[in-house]
Formats: sequence, C-alpha cells, structure tokens
Amino acid sequence: MMGNGPHLEVVDLVAGYLPGIDILRGCSITADDRELVGIIGPNGAGKSTLLKAIFGLVPVRSGSVLLSGKEVANQQADRLVAQGMAFVPQSDNVFAPLTVRENLQLGTHLNRSLFDQRLQKVEAMLPELTEMLGARAGALSGGQRQLVAMGRALMSEPSVLLLDEPSAGLSPARQDEAFLRIREIRTAGVCVVIVEQNARRCLQICDRAYVLDQGRDAYHGTGEDLIHDPKVVELYLGDLGASEDGAA
Amino acid sequence: MTAVRHAEDPILVAEGVHRHFGGVTAVDVERIEVPRGQITALIGPNGAGKTTLFNCLTGFDAADAGTWTFDGRAMAGLVRHKVARAGMVRTFQLTRVLGKLTVMENMLLGAAQPGEKFSRALVKPWWKAARESEIQHAEELLVRFKLDAKRDDYAASLSGGQRKLLEMARALMARPRLLMLDEPMAGVNPALVQSLLDHIAELPSQGVSVVFVEHDMHVVKTIADWVVVMAEGKVVAEGEPGPTLANPAVIDAYLGAHHDVDLRAIIREREGSAS
Repeated sequence: MMGNGPHLEVVDLVAGYLPGIDILRGCSITADDRELVGIIGPNGAGKSTLLKAIFGLVPVRSGSVLLSGKEVANQQADRLVAQGMAFVPQSDNVFAPLTVRENLQLGTHLNRSLFDQRLQKVEAMLPELTEMLGARAGALSGGQRQLVAMGRALMSEPSVLLLDEPSAGLSPARQDEAFLRIREIRTAGVCVVIVEQNARRCLQICDRAYVLDQGRDAYHGTGEDLIHDPKVVELYLGDLGASEDGAA
Repeated sequence: MTAVRHAEDPILVAEGVHRHFGGVTAVDVERIEVPRGQITALIGPNGAGKTTLFNCLTGFDAADAGTWTFDGRAMAGLVRHKVARAGMVRTFQLTRVLGKLTVMENMLLGAAQPGEKFSRALVKPWWKAARESEIQHAEELLVRFKLDAKRDDYAASLSGGQRKLLEMARALMARPRLLMLDEPMAGVNPALVQSLLDHIAELPSQGVSVVFVEHDMHVVKTIADWVVVMAEGKVVAEGEPGPTLANPAVIDAYLGAHHDVDLRAIIREREGSAS
C-alpha cells in the first residue's frame, strides 16, 4: 500500500442511475487492508449502488473514490480490476452458458498464464468448486452460483473485494461457512467491503460497519458498538437483531 | 396441532414428481402434501431441488414424471398462467418485475382482470367498479409493503429488496388460494421482515394457504406451522418446526454446527490463537 490513508477511501460520493435522481447523496466510507467493513441499511438506502459506484458501474457525479490515495472514480471496471479491485454482484453474477471452469477463467482474463496456480488457491478456499468445474453455471442452484461468483472474484487475487449480499440464497450452514470464509479472506490481508441483509451475522464478523440511510452514511462504528446501539436497533435491526443477539 | 402427520384435507398433493437435468436428478419426490389453511416451510441445502419443485408444480418447468392435484384438481402439464388462474400463485428467488411499468401498473397486472373478457371490455361500467376496487386493494398492499411512496415510479428504479416486496405484493393481487414464495425474505431488511411476517401469518385466516422456501430460520420458526426438509431432490424429513429443526440429521445436513452460535466467539478463537 502506498500513502498513509486507508486502502479504500470514499469521500462524499454522489451518484445515481438517471439524470437528476441521486441515489447516493454524500456517502463516505473507508476500508483498510486486513479490514472487513460491513454496509447495512434499509431497502433502497443505496447499499448496492455504493458498491457499483466504487466499481465504476454507476456514474459518480461528485466526490472521490481513492484507491491507495489515487483517484479512481468513474474509471472502467476492467481498469479497476487491473488495480486490484473485484466485485461480486447480488444477482446475475455468473455467465450461465459457460462452465464453472470457464467462469473462473474470466477471473484471470488479464493474465491467463496464472490460471492453474490461482485455481489451486481458490479451490483450497472453496473446495466445493472442484466437483462443479465441468458443470454449466446456468444449471447450478442459486447458492452454488454465489460460490462460483466468489471464486471468480478471488481468481484475480484482489486487494479490495466488494461483495453484494454474499449470504443471499445460502442455507444456514453455508451462510455461516461463507461468513467465516470472508473473515479468512480479510485476515489473509484483503480489504473487504460487504453489503448484507443478514445484519446480525454481518455485525458479528465485521471489524467496522456503516449504516446507510437515504444515500448517506448515517451511523458508523465497530460491529460490536452497532449491535448494541439503540438507534441502530430501532431504525434498522428491529427486535429481530436485539432479541437474537441477547440470546446468543 | 398435535402430531397428526398431515391435515386430512391437504390443498396440494404431489406424487412421484421427478425432474432431471442431464445426468443430475434435481427432484425425486415420492410424496409431498401442503396442508390447507396453514403455513408450510420448505427448507433444505442449496441444490436440494426446492426451487425446481416449485417450478414443476407451477408449470414453469416440465416434470419428467409425476402427478399433483391442487384442491382436488389434476394440475400436471397445465401451463403456468392457467396454474395461476386456478389459484396457485408463486414468486421468484430472483425477482421478475416489469421495469418499464410503474409500481402500480405492476400491481394491477397481478389482479384478476375482468376486462380480459372481450365483451366486458367494451362496456366501461361493467369493469370500472372492479378496476377501482383493485386499485384500492393495490394501494392497501403497497402501504403494507412500504412501497406506497414508490407508487408511480418505474419498477426498474427499485432496489433489489424493494423488487422482492413488489413481487410479493403483486402475487397477493391475484387473490391466490395457495401462495408459493421462493425466499421471500432474502434481501429484505430486518426491520421490515417483522411486519411482513405479521402479514403472511394472517393469510391463512383469509383463506390463503402458504408454502415458502426460506433459509432464515427465525422466519421459519416464527410463522411456519409445518416444515418439509428436502435434500438431494427427496423429502427427507417433515414435521412441526420445533422437533424438525432439532432433528440431528437436519442440523447436520442443513443448519450446520454454528447455527445458534455467535460467530464472534469462533472468530476470536481462531484469530486469537493465530496471532
């Protein structure tokens, strides 16, 4: 990492899909190496849009996206991948007509000679992929597709990994495995930002988290602090988060 | 309810339903019953065949074999819109809303359409009142699903979670007798989950039976009267939620060892010993 700032720094980001309609209205977050940062918030708060804007998929109207101190807002996704960023979208995250192996090959598209070596590492992290390699991605279940999408992102050995609802569609056992794996990826040195609806689990595994509301970062703190913050519980977690955390 | 294996009068009974993709058997269900007037959860590991079973039963996919009856009526081979018109209405894990229509237009598409009959369509007074009552019904549902502020926005402008809500609300517009929800709460924020659960829990008293696929065990425990567990295409366990979710085989295959553990403890243990 260069410079003294955090690895990823988003400052006062304003972004949206349609002219004149801003989804993000001044959103700021930071995330550092070996840090797992969670983004939670109500439906329509702009959580997915934030990840897409960082990854150059939604036009940024003002504000900054700094990667190791360097401005990368509005850069195209392929250039961001070359600089170490990877993104796993919420849905439509595999190429259905391609096999799992071909999907993973897209992850080393920028340097194909690395495929075999990277595949070994990714299979070590996601062992279920091994027996799926020959299957057509379109024939896989929703949860299996999530694994393939995560595998493809890891194939590029990112330094910043953006995950949009990695637990969606996974069985409880698989969700917990996924969360613990994400934690391992973070501990291996990667800067990980995840958007999650399973807020209780998200706050349990995150180092820090932001609560987004109406396109702004409304609250921010360690996972531990936010789980117990009465305002966050009332606005966002509901009694679900409180009661289950109390029981745990 | 005591441990009666099934209600005497199930609303949906399927037998011998089989579906394979190439060499992979996705569904191989000997018999499954959905109790009438109750809420049934269909759970199981990823790839267990839950969604494929939904697809077969609702005409979105063709089963290779099998028969099933809905309210006593044989449904196998029926095309999807006829299944829906018969009263079996489903939603999708990956939402399907019509982006270039507004939220309200999406809702009205879900309604039973008196104007579909050509003769009636010609004379406005014959359908005007029905239309107005559908609009009112839609507005009530939009309030309930916290989408009323989005009434006139294009559905394409909704977030992933909001599309999920719209799809569920639209399914209710058809006034189904059996509502089939595929992961209804995935992507819906926890504060809203509770109010939606309250709404779903009321449906049986309004004559709507519900069967839903869900991975959130809090949701299953809160509203399900009956739980069916699938694995590798087969029904492997069923029963009331308490005992079924405590069944060691179900914990092993589906819930996982950590399901009631705070992950912070595991992380502390692993990373504490590493550093």
